[in-house]
Amino acid sequence: MEFKNLKLSKKTTFIIWVGIIAFVIAAPTILPVFRLNLLGRYLSLAIVALGVDLIWGFTGLLSLGQGIFFALGGYCAAMYLQITSSSEFPNNIPEFFGLYGVDNLPFFWEPFRSPIFTLFAIWVIPALVAGMLGFLVFRNRIKGVYFSILTQAALLVFFNFFNGQQKLINGTNGLKTDVTELFGQMVGSEQMQRMFFWTTAVLVIAAWFFSKWLVKGRFGNILIGIRDDEPRVRFTGYNPVLFKTIIFSIAGALAGISGALYTVQSGIVSPQFMTVPFSIEMVIWVAVGGRGTLLGAILGAVFINYAKSLVSEALPASWMFIQGGLFILVVTALPEGVLGWIQGEGPRNLLQRFGLKRKIETYPSLEINNEAEDLKK
Amino acid sequence: MKKKSKSLLSLENITVSFEGFLALNDLNLSLKKGELRAVIGPNGAGKTTFLDVITGKVKPNKGNVFFKGKSLIGRKEHKIARLGVGRKFQSPRVFENLTVKENLEISVSSPKSPLNLINKNIKTEQIEEIDHLMKIVNLSNKKNAKAGSLSHGQKQWLEIAMLVGQKPDLMLVDEPVAGLTDEETDLTADLLKSLSGDNTVVVIDHDMEFIRRLDSNVSVLNQGTVLCEGTMDTIQNDKKVIDVYLGRPEE
Repeated sequence: MEFKNLKLSKKTTFIIWVGIIAFVIAAPTILPVFRLNLLGRYLSLAIVALGVDLIWGFTGLLSLGQGIFFALGGYCAAMYLQITSSSEFPNNIPEFFGLYGVDNLPFFWEPFRSPIFTLFAIWVIPALVAGMLGFLVFRNRIKGVYFSILTQAALLVFFNFFNGQQKLINGTNGLKTDVTELFGQMVGSEQMQRMFFWTTAVLVIAAWFFSKWLVKGRFGNILIGIRDDEPRVRFTGYNPVLFKTIIFSIAGALAGISGALYTVQSGIVSPQFMTVPFSIEMVIWVAVGGRGTLLGAILGAVFINYAKSLVSEALPASWMFIQGGLFILVVTALPEGVLGWIQGEGPRNLLQRFGLKRKIETYPSLEINNEAEDLKK
Repeated sequence: MKKKSKSLLSLENITVSFEGFLALNDLNLSLKKGELRAVIGPNGAGKTTFLDVITGKVKPNKGNVFFKGKSLIGRKEHKIARLGVGRKFQSPRVFENLTVKENLEISVSSPKSPLNLINKNIKTEQIEEIDHLMKIVNLSNKKNAKAGSLSHGQKQWLEIAMLVGQKPDLMLVDEPVAGLTDEETDLTADLLKSLSGDNTVVVIDHDMEFIRRLDSNVSVLNQGTVLCEGTMDTIQNDKKVIDVYLGRPEE
């Protein structure tokens, strides 16, 4: 579960980082526009996966409703873009309002005229919603599978609500962003997409360091304590409700940022972000990458999604089977996920099985005793 | 309710019923500050429920618990812990995925608010405290080992160290010597004896030799009430106690 067995020397770490930075800078020139856009989208999904890892991998809260916070972030970003690009439309409000006979911007969208407000709203609003939802649930000591079901139910509530609100958020059609303008350029344009790719890459790294910092010290240890034995944490004088609420809000904030970045790179936000399978997929990325490893969440999100697009191009409709198989494989064979397996005893066990590495003798004395027992007979 | 003088902890007419089964039945018990008290009783006598009531895990149907003059009824577990009630569980409950040092950090850290833990580093005197605790329970060389890799006895001791590190005024120790070797049992008895005086300690156990070694007052629980109280010698000659507890060979 930790980085204990994967100690890299300073030099290797440095070279890896130089490699990552060089790739991020060069990616727009190496990769075709289409691939770059996909990579940017998948990198933004890595941020929501980091949040899932924090609440599930470290704190043991299996949320199946992260799509709520992801979509909220996306809607905040998309609405800002629509509002600022609506000067040619009637009443200077986004075009879709006209279709439903709305003449004035709904009051709660007013603050979204401000870019600074929007930049905060993208992560603060999901964090607040997550915090409120979390506090109520955690205070009533709802845990385990009940928590998962509750988050999924909340997801469905949000999904249905957003689907039905044509006059407020264009309902099931969602909000398009690719034909809006930011800094005088089309959001869907190649230059803007390149900027979004770089922003995403930087934010993934920032979110990773932030998460690492968060779980490194005593705070992270309490989270692990809550995951493994919550009553014990309570009897030691800590209030698990606070810790869980905080980490759930943080995961919500990360989901919001992730959703906003995903929206501007995919060109649309819609209630489809709040479907049940999508939120479950987020959990699968983390399970496959490695629960409680953080890096595993990032790699899981990027590689599974990349695999998904490659497989879907080659063999349409077969992805669901592969994804299901992958999940079953991880649950049965690699409960710690791929990264957890690599960092743990996995590779050693595999080499042993093929006779390439000697077994560690744990109790040599036991064997001697066995012989003694045999002699007695 | 008026506060009780002198006694640190007093349980008054505590009744706990689990769907009709009376786990505790009109239990009265009080402890003076600095006292070491052993609690014994046959299986199902309500020993663990007794601790659950004090620590807030179980809400009694009737009665009241006073600690330092304050009623504990209706307080959350972590609030009771912060008031100064520490508990060691029957089977060792340490955080297996954390190291010995990290386990002790959790117990020693104060204040126990999330912000304090995120913002600030652990204080120097707390690090010294942790080193001191590890020395007492002979775990200094296991500092960075995962608690899950410790032996049963070492886990018991780590949990006792965690309990002490919490600096509670009242320590509730549930079967501290279950599964320990004789030598470890003796060491544990000495450790607990050395803790009383400054701390008030309640020890629950089955092991008669261990209780004798504690050399303390003993309360015998049976069917949820206190059957008898006194020194070990008084207890062992009490007819009622012999009938329900000591006389039974299967215990």
